[in-house]
Amino acid sequence: MKSRVLVVDDDPALAEMLTIVLRGEGFDTAVVGDGTRALPAVRDMRPDVVLLDLMLPGMNGIDVCRAIRAESGVPIVMLTAKSDTVDIVLGLESGADDYVVKPFKPKELVARIRARVRRTENEPAEQLTIGDVDIDVPAHQVTRQGERIALTPLEFDLLVALARKPRQVFTREVLLEQVWGYRHAADTRLVNVHVQRLRSKVEKDPEHPEVVLTVRGVGYKAGPP
Amino acid sequence: MSLRSQVARLPGARWARRTAASAAVVFAELRAAVLTAWRRSLQLRVVVSTLALSTAVVLVLGLVLQTQIADRLIQAKFDAAIIQAESARVVSERDLSGVDPDREGAQGTLNNALDRLTNQSTAESGAPTAGEFRAALTTGTGSGPEISAGELDAISAEQRQAVASGALTTQYATVDGIPTLVVGQPVRTAGRELQLYLMFPLDAEQRTLGLIQSTLIVGGLVLLLLLAGIASLVTRQVVRPVKQAAAVAERFAEGHLDERMPVHGEDEVARLFESYNEMAGSIQSQIRQLEEFGALQRRFTSDVSHELRTPLTTVRMAADVLYASRDELLPALRRSSELLVTELDRFETLLGDLLEISRLDAGVAELGSDRLDMRHVVSRAVEAVRGLAEESGTPLVLDLPGDVYAEVDSRRVERIVRNLVANAIDHGEGRPVHVTLAGDERAVAVVVRDHGVGLRSGEAGLVFNRFWRAEESRARRSGGSGLGLSISLEDARLHGGWLQAWGEPGRGSAFRLTLPRTEGDLLESSPLPLQPEGDDPEHGHPLPASVPTPPWGTPIPVEPVVGSVGSTVDEPERAEP
Repeated sequence: MKSRVLVVDDDPALAEMLTIVLRGEGFDTAVVGDGTRALPAVRDMRPDVVLLDLMLPGMNGIDVCRAIRAESGVPIVMLTAKSDTVDIVLGLESGADDYVVKPFKPKELVARIRARVRRTENEPAEQLTIGDVDIDVPAHQVTRQGERIALTPLEFDLLVALARKPRQVFTREVLLEQVWGYRHAADTRLVNVHVQRLRSKVEKDPEHPEVVLTVRGVGYKAGPP
Repeated sequence: MSLRSQVARLPGARWARRTAASAAVVFAELRAAVLTAWRRSLQLRVVVSTLALSTAVVLVLGLVLQTQIADRLIQAKFDAAIIQAESARVVSERDLSGVDPDREGAQGTLNNALDRLTNQSTAESGAPTAGEFRAALTTGTGSGPEISAGELDAISAEQRQAVASGALTTQYATVDGIPTLVVGQPVRTAGRELQLYLMFPLDAEQRTLGLIQSTLIVGGLVLLLLLAGIASLVTRQVVRPVKQAAAVAERFAEGHLDERMPVHGEDEVARLFESYNEMAGSIQSQIRQLEEFGALQRRFTSDVSHELRTPLTTVRMAADVLYASRDELLPALRRSSELLVTELDRFETLLGDLLEISRLDAGVAELGSDRLDMRHVVSRAVEAVRGLAEESGTPLVLDLPGDVYAEVDSRRVERIVRNLVANAIDHGEGRPVHVTLAGDERAVAVVVRDHGVGLRSGEAGLVFNRFWRAEESRARRSGGSGLGLSISLEDARLHGGWLQAWGEPGRGSAFRLTLPRTEGDLLESSPLPLQPEGDDPEHGHPLPASVPTPPWGTPIPVEPVVGSVGSTVDEPERAEP
């Protein structure tokens, strides 16, 4: 079955070009040219990935991102024309999983989208535990004392990556490669922002984390089981 | 000499010296304090100068007054004394008209006459009186024995002589410690002339004068004190608003642009404050306007960025789709698609650099610094251009020791090093490019050295200029935008660091990046030398062909400083490699 990509972009030429490229790479695409119609489209289409331009008429891309994230864990890849720190961090904090800066090469975009949809392959039955958090890997379920914690697929991947090797310290670069699928050095802020988001969900007290620990000057590691 | 040194060795001398020294220190401190107070307080200056000037005025006025009063007092006494003397002479001449001083019993007559004189003058009312006096009569020492009545000790010989010659004389003398006016005149008798002296003591006048003097002194002092007080009060009235104004202006300068002076009344100070407020208002509105322009500029940059990048993305993707299927195209179309893709790369780089430098110019660039291992940062940058080096067959020689940590923005430092190495590969003519990292306690430095054509005299100052190129014909493998080194310079500056260039024709060039280890620290020296030392004994002279990066905040000079650049490289025949 083909993966479905929802393209939210107001520029018709770019949207068309994206459709051509993505169809050529074997994706199903749908285009929405208006921010306000993005959320209904997500509900109807149930896409595997949302490709979201940050500057949109009708509704700001950041707001669209928040609205989608509020009711769905669908992977969101931002298209941004700004490489300014603030905008990218703002986009990531509002729920985007990854971003591509315009102008991008088609291969780069496809690689980012594939990294977000690749995780549907069948995985072995695996039960992991960090602290008092239990992870059922094939079911994509995270629970604390029987209570379910809702994580986006990316946050889940991040947690699983850490939990599979509890004693290992992961540098941000390694996490970027394992979770985001970057083969070259990329923006380590991706890791920082998503670790914060993950902590806000799985930690009892995000100020004093017990599940995802920071190793100063190196990276992150899983807390003791 | 030896005595002096012995004296100097005595403990007392040492103590005296110490005391003198400490006294000198205390004195110097006091003097400094007074000078500071004098410099800093307008009020003190006004009070002191008022005091000094009014002291002078009071002194002069007091002296004049005193002299005047004394003169008048004495004059009045003098006039009265002359009249008194005249009447005394008349009385004496009446009493003594029939007396011959040379006869027996004259002494008694004289005494009687003298008694009458003194008694009558006090009894006679209505006549002008010069107050209490004493009298003396004498025959003088002329011919015959001297017969006298009354005290004659206070009368000087000159006066007696003058009286003897028949003149009325006056003289001031001191009798028993009392200043006295002595009036002497001849008195005719039946025999030889007598001399009559009246002595008017001036102690009453002296007392009056003393009283006046002390009154003047006390009055003057009180006046001075009052004046000082008044001056102080008046100055405070002026100084207080000035102080207030200074405080307000300081707060304004600190950035509290809403700060205004309180205007009361319509006097000069009020007018000053009003005009200050107007000025502050206009400055505030100008600053607001500039801020708006800045915000507008930023918005514009960001908007242009977005507006340009969206169509560029479409073009880029279209070009890549064409390029991906270039094998199916005719040779001319295939080449076209290749050119399209490579030139789009250049266009993107140029656009990116332009936006970056406009961000740096607008001052909106932020330093996202972390404490990082410089070896990783530099090697990442070198890896990014390794492909370029392999393409041109340039060996990269790295000397990157570990454990060199610094607080840097990795993105920016990587970009600087990437630019420098790409630049060295471009101009290195395939010869090895050395990248050296070093650090000391306060700074870290990266030197990128190539052995290519080098820089000609004066060029070391030009390389950081925007769109400057060394030679038109030179190959550009990295396809740089011409902004790379300018951006690097700004990035270095943003770190508070230096970026310097050295070069000589035929010997290659070197670029040194020096960054403070701690963000915000001030650089004083670099752990690495910029110019190579002794790698070519033929040119043993120092090569100061470097351009220090001006510290953060100072504007970049548009014209290169010719004098400091490559001044020793002046022999044209050596300019050929």
